[in-house]
Amino acid sequence: MDKEKVPQDDNNVLEGKLKVLKYATDKDGSYTKVKTVGWEPENIVLSQAWEEINEKVKIIREQVHAGKLSPIAYHKEKQMLDTGMLAGYVGYPSFLVKLHLKPWFFKRLSEQQLNKYASAFRITKEELLKTD
Amino acid sequence: MTVNFEHHQSAHCESGVASNLLRFHGLPLSEPMIFGIGSGLFFGHLPFLKVNGIPGTTYRIFPGLIFARACKRLGVKMKKESFRSETKAMEELDRVLDKGIPVGMLTSVYYLPYLPSALRFHFNAHNIVVYGKQNGNYLVSDPVMETVTEISPQDLQRARYAKGALAPGGKMYYPIYVPKQVDLKQPIVAAIKKTAVDMTTIPVPLFGIRGQRYLAKKVAQYPKKLDKRKAALFLGNIVRMQEEIGTGGAGFRFIYAAFLQEAAAQLEQPWLLDISQELTEAGDRWRDFAYDAARICKDRAITGENYEKLSDTIIDCSNREEIIFNKLKKISL
Repeated sequence: MDKEKVPQDDNNVLEGKLKVLKYATDKDGSYTKVKTVGWEPENIVLSQAWEEINEKVKIIREQVHAGKLSPIAYHKEKQMLDTGMLAGYVGYPSFLVKLHLKPWFFKRLSEQQLNKYASAFRITKEELLKTD
Repeated sequence: MTVNFEHHQSAHCESGVASNLLRFHGLPLSEPMIFGIGSGLFFGHLPFLKVNGIPGTTYRIFPGLIFARACKRLGVKMKKESFRSETKAMEELDRVLDKGIPVGMLTSVYYLPYLPSALRFHFNAHNIVVYGKQNGNYLVSDPVMETVTEISPQDLQRARYAKGALAPGGKMYYPIYVPKQVDLKQPIVAAIKKTAVDMTTIPVPLFGIRGQRYLAKKVAQYPKKLDKRKAALFLGNIVRMQEEIGTGGAGFRFIYAAFLQEAAAQLEQPWLLDISQELTEAGDRWRDFAYDAARICKDRAITGENYEKLSDTIIDCSNREEIIFNKLKKISL
């Protein structure tokens, strides 16, 4: 890739926090470092991945509002955790975490258990109950 | 205690951390040099190894191997530690930092707040260097960042003990012996040979050149076997693995081409410069593939023809790389 042709397609993916380093060739063909804010194909596939995640979160949220799943399911999906990872952070076996995704079991969680989930998600207990 | 740690931004985290750490210990090697000596370039397509239902594709060898191979070939000795207890891991980090030694460690990208949120997926094999502590925060040299930054102890602890695939488990490492002078000729030749052999001779059709042809075959089948959304997702993932942050462009092909140029100068073998140029051209073809694939992802234009064209591009790349690595296989001092 020619140094002059390194794309600079800014889609605010990097939020101005950094520019990414790429390797490209200069006039006489030797490699040098070039900084870039992004390339359109990269931006497309990245936003595609996030759309997919957001879509899943939306579906889960609807199910939570419909009373089919507990708020834990919503936060789990929002933070892209699978059951095993969440179980690891809370310190419960996976099968218990799976039960807590159901409203019937969620309602019966103690204060202490809710706090455990809140700290696993790194939010407060009040935020845990919100699903907006 | 803080030390004077020289931070250089790099394209890839693993080779970047290795380069920065070795420079601190008096062995200045560029990032491409580390990447090359660590035999970082590879290809693999693993349709049965699915993440979120999407088959895995890789343009590099497994996490950790670049580091291990580079250290072995350069004669560097590393101290590697991991801890069951999170508090012990943080205490040990503080103890080593107090001695003025910068420490490399594995972290999860998701829990590093200084990174842009769009890049924060649950990727557990990100390498960073912590080189000191100031006002209760750790000083971080993250190789993908332009400058050094800071992280709170809570965030760092979470990042070191993230759960899931490739869980870092608090792993940290630092060099305990770095040779003053290294003759790079032997390591470079051994490393290039290893990469060339891996790319061309692994008899499993998932890896190297064969892996690329396998991927080409699979991509051509996407429109027949998958619905629109899935096909676009599968394609998108390939492009992400190839171009996203950490690859230096074209799935590490450009870093490796940069390494070949340095190798040509070190070994005084100018034919490597031609190979480097050929690899750059192959890399440009990978970029063409990414460009076309992303367009399909965006428009969801699913026609067999589009996918045939992508498949042909991958075949072209594999043909080019086959020639390149068959030539590189014959390298000697």
